[in-house]
Amino acid sequence: MSRRRVVIVDDHAMFRSGVKAELGGAVQVVGEAPDVDKAVTVVLETRPDVVLLDVHLPGGGGSEVVRRVHQRGPEVKFLALSVSDAAEDVIGSIRAGARGYVTKTITGTELIEAIERVAEGDAVFSPRLAGFVLDAFAGSIEVAQVDEDLDRLTEREREVMRLIARGYAYKEVAKELFISIKTVETHVSSVLRKLQLSSRHELTRWASDRRLI
Amino acid sequence: MSDHIAVLPVRRATRSTDERLLGGVAAGVARHLGQPVLWVRAGFVVLATIGGCGVLLYAALWLVLPVEPDYRDYPDAPTGIAAATRSGKRTPRRTPSFDDVGPLVALAAVGLGVALLLRQVGLGANSTLFWPVLLATAGVAVLWRQADEAQRARWTDSSTRLGPLQALLGAGGWAAYVRLFAGLALVTGAIGVFFAQSGRFALLDDVLIAVLLGVVGLGLIAGPWVFRLTNDLTAERRARVRSQERADLAAHLHDSVLQTLTMIQKRADDPRTVATLARAQERDLRSWLYDDRDRAPDSLAAALRATAAEVEDAHGVPVEVVTVGDVSLSSAPSSRLLALTLAAREAVVNAAKHSGADKVDVYAEATRRRVEVFVRDRGAGFDETLIPPDRLGVRGSIIDRMHRHGGSADIRSAAGTGTEVRLTMAVATGDGAGENGG
Repeated sequence: MSRRRVVIVDDHAMFRSGVKAELGGAVQVVGEAPDVDKAVTVVLETRPDVVLLDVHLPGGGGSEVVRRVHQRGPEVKFLALSVSDAAEDVIGSIRAGARGYVTKTITGTELIEAIERVAEGDAVFSPRLAGFVLDAFAGSIEVAQVDEDLDRLTEREREVMRLIARGYAYKEVAKELFISIKTVETHVSSVLRKLQLSSRHELTRWASDRRLI
Repeated sequence: MSDHIAVLPVRRATRSTDERLLGGVAAGVARHLGQPVLWVRAGFVVLATIGGCGVLLYAALWLVLPVEPDYRDYPDAPTGIAAATRSGKRTPRRTPSFDDVGPLVALAAVGLGVALLLRQVGLGANSTLFWPVLLATAGVAVLWRQADEAQRARWTDSSTRLGPLQALLGAGGWAAYVRLFAGLALVTGAIGVFFAQSGRFALLDDVLIAVLLGVVGLGLIAGPWVFRLTNDLTAERRARVRSQERADLAAHLHDSVLQTLTMIQKRADDPRTVATLARAQERDLRSWLYDDRDRAPDSLAAALRATAAEVEDAHGVPVEVVTVGDVSLSSAPSSRLLALTLAAREAVVNAAKHSGADKVDVYAEATRRRVEVFVRDRGAGFDETLIPPDRLGVRGSIIDRMHRHGGSADIRSAAGTGTEVRLTMAVATGDGAGENGG
């Protein structure tokens, strides 16, 4: 298996070198960038398999990088990596087009695994992201025109999300539900698509004014 | 060194409101020239004897020199210092004490003496002008002093809106009114005395009307301008308050982070403590920067988060809490949810203490009908049937407690794959336990 080509985008040089050290030889870091403009240039030049993208970035934030890169290279895959686990940031990155969201506290092995998964075209859901998804698609939000396909999670998808939120790895989810890992990945990708495309009203805004029920 | 000569800032003289007797002019000039204040004051007095030249000079400098900016406003003051001062963590510099009027009285007496002396010596010819001029000078001094006071009040006051009256009176209070009216009275008195002494009462009516017209005209011309100026002042103040708040925030963050870094350096040989410190600091910063959820302190999610923080500190194992939906702890009858959080706490402590896992996941889901909490670790695991009956932890604190309160506990564990504790508590329906989501 050839090593994955990765670009690291983060405004803290110290963090970039830390990630690089942690990834070690497992991936090939082909570029780095500290802000939106440089990130767009570097990514379009090097065409990496995966871009590790900080959410808070000078020049418009991570979402802006995704938007501008996807105009010219829609096949580039982004994995959002941030210290923030605020709902706005998490949901916002996914809706901008990132294929996963992990926080910077993730261990090196987990990060390498996540990069591999995103490179394969699958989605990476942390327990927290799964929790946000379950909250966002909870039953009682009224939507004017419910697109059955996009605005609801299937029972199976909900089960998968709950297990991920409980801290299960994909293969543990597969074992628990007696399905293959491939099927778990299909479910997660489908949830990601719904999260990105759902017309469920302003998921991002929901995320910022969640209240006690 | 020589590289920096070109960029040395121009040193500007300011009036010192901290060491003033009258307007702080002498103190400011003394500081600027690097001479003792006493000499400068003496210089002004000597100059005053030469046809009042010193008085004029003093007045001119009072008008022209800006008040020394408070260091709270000083753009060069370090963020942390300014913020700490604002939030009352530092002792501010001495502010002028207005009870300290002794020197002022002495100065007035000396001034009066000098003036009388002058009159005796050679200014007798101008006697009609003498008292009016003296009164008017005193009145103007009092009024200017009040203007300084108002400026200082504008600096310190951080309320957002500023009325024109407030701009004039500063913080208000009887002293401001007394100064304002005393000043006006002195000036009016001076005019009155002038007319009385010169005996030209006949002209008084015309002059009064002319003055009145002049004042009204000035008001019409300057009114809108003053109003705009006040608005600008308000806007500028608001911007400054905002930037101060930002500085306070930054200072808080730096403060706590600095503390932790120092402690980490001291305990560098103890990786467990270092990890715990770093984790605690991370939690603190995270809740500062990104958390808006502390609005409901008695909610299930908040209780679980507090528990997680405690366990992290005590056992050095990170605990990640994910919640979906939330309920108030008091929303279910007979403290069921309290029992649930205590059981969850026991499960988290067990996982952190005995499993050897490097992380514990807590997941809570609250719906209208029930609340579920999952505590999972990927540690050593154990065989439930082998728990000795005297191990109170699992049986008493988790299983029995849940049963007593009408809930259930389910423990799944296998050697090598870790443990998951599942706690379920029914929340009575129809008692307004709330809606899901939203």
